[in-house]
Amino acid sequence: MSAFIQHTINGVSLGAIYALIALGYTLVFGILQFINFAHSEIFMLGAYSGFYIGNALNAGEGQKQGLGIFIFVLLASMATTAVIGFLVEKLAYRPLRKAPRINVLITAVGVSLLFQFGAQMLFGPNPRPFPALIDLNTSLHFGEVQVDPIQIVVCVVAFALMLGLEFILFRTKVGKAMRAVSHDHNVALLLGVNVDFIISLTFVIGSALAGAGGVLVGLAYPKIEPLMGMMPGMKSFVAAVLGGIGNVRGAVVGSLIMGLSEQYIVVYGVPTLRDALAYAILIGILIFRPKGLFGKTLAEKV
Amino acid sequence: MQRTLRSYTSSLIALAFCMVLAFAFYPSINPYFQSIFLIAMMNIILATSLTLVNGFTGQFSLGHAGFMAVGGYCAAALTTFVLPKLGWTGPMTSVFFLVALIGGGLLSAVGGYIVGLPSLRLKGDYLAIVTLGFGEIIRVVLLNIDSLGGARGLSGIQILTDQTWLIFAALACSLCAFRFLGTPTGRGMFAVREDEIAAEAMGVNTTRVKVRAFVIGAFWAGVAGGLYAHQYGYLSPTNFNFMKSFDAVVIIVLGGLGSVSGAILAAIGLSLLPELLRPLQQLTGYDFRMIFYSLILILFMVFKPNGLLGRHELSYYFRKWGLWK
Repeated sequence: MSAFIQHTINGVSLGAIYALIALGYTLVFGILQFINFAHSEIFMLGAYSGFYIGNALNAGEGQKQGLGIFIFVLLASMATTAVIGFLVEKLAYRPLRKAPRINVLITAVGVSLLFQFGAQMLFGPNPRPFPALIDLNTSLHFGEVQVDPIQIVVCVVAFALMLGLEFILFRTKVGKAMRAVSHDHNVALLLGVNVDFIISLTFVIGSALAGAGGVLVGLAYPKIEPLMGMMPGMKSFVAAVLGGIGNVRGAVVGSLIMGLSEQYIVVYGVPTLRDALAYAILIGILIFRPKGLFGKTLAEKV
Repeated sequence: MQRTLRSYTSSLIALAFCMVLAFAFYPSINPYFQSIFLIAMMNIILATSLTLVNGFTGQFSLGHAGFMAVGGYCAAALTTFVLPKLGWTGPMTSVFFLVALIGGGLLSAVGGYIVGLPSLRLKGDYLAIVTLGFGEIIRVVLLNIDSLGGARGLSGIQILTDQTWLIFAALACSLCAFRFLGTPTGRGMFAVREDEIAAEAMGVNTTRVKVRAFVIGAFWAGVAGGLYAHQYGYLSPTNFNFMKSFDAVVIIVLGGLGSVSGAILAAIGLSLLPELLRPLQQLTGYDFRMIFYSLILILFMVFKPNGLLGRHELSYYFRKWGLWK
């Protein structure tokens, strides 16, 4: 029983990271109806900016650790990825706003690969150790269940950011504008919403969340590499689809389901099928319930 | 009558051209160009088969490497495990190889049917993800089948593919794609690409058209996989990762989605490109190919979304420029 609780805790902290990435997918899809394939690479760049900023802070004076440093690195990485997300939207996606969907799709795949291979060239293809920003050695024990501090940090940061997003979306004027744009571009434009600004803002928020996810993954699994975004990005995307893409709360629930099911299949099922599980869930959900668990059915417009 | 005659004439000309390529041109060039030539032929098969799905029908598939893997492993298993038991030698080996290639193609076509089915409900981005997922699932499954080598890969496959096989497979695949251009199914594919609802309203059986595109595309990808297996004598699941699918996608996007001759031209061009980039690579010590590919893809989409030839065939441009009536 305690083993089961242990795996559940591990699964929840994994799911919390997926949720941070999945939110970016779901926000962009809600507003532009397209899958930002480059999002998983933004996550990877978040981890690398955390790596460089963290190491720059530590340069010369030995390893510094502490909550203040962690929060600074987290915010700085989020700002970096936010800028990257803004530029990607501005340079690659905005010129194609009126183009057929397939062109946008091809561009998104292109941006994603450009980042992957660009990162391999800039940062080198080999894995790098992520700096330990906070002291992670003392773990808490509840009977036989062991909770690592990193898991608490991951969960606290992830859920704090999700609450922040929830606040922006449902309690502020900008959030209202975002929801309006996702409902109908043209009507929102007529009502005086600056649609271009809102779309940029969506990319900025989504990318910042992915950047935070990158730093948290760097802390939790301290090896980062240029291709690290692919699998978590894929699984987060599946999580977003599972929760009903475009639905913010659904993405969080879907991510937790993904994290838990992945943890359970590794322990109780076939570990080698771990990465195929995401695709199997995806194909299943797309065939049997394409709108996801909490999504609304979309009628196709002629 | 005259029309059929004309299309047969062009097929015959293509056949004669390929004979010249296989028996006169190929033996006369040096081995370095020979290997590039073989890569180009392989790319032509992959690109023209993918054109049927992505270009003609507008269903964006990212799982072409998965089909290639199915066909490659099937054909390799046939020649490695079944052929020795039959004890066929000499010309009968080639006959068996043909059977194995077609068998691999057919198994892959079954895969295409299975992937084509969900495509009835999915479109655009979702379909891209599902086909990508299919390719990955195939790869993971192959990694776990120990009798086919698993992660070690399948080695000891007989080397049976030579330039003749590749050239005639490329010819057959291209002709197959070309022949679709004027047929009801081909026009149905175009209609589905332009507007699925309108196509349905005009009486096109969109389901049948889409599944057909997937099945035929997958068949040729499977044949290409079989040829690949017997060209290098070794198969590994990592040979068929997402990058392989992406190579084919870049080729057809560059050539112009929906243009067979564009796909052929781009396949030849992109087979030469890594060789042209080689001096740069030696200078900097880094393989720029994929960065270059992804940049090309983005720039083409932003500035020239229709690719080199757009949706037209070369013959359209020949007529336009007055080179051909």
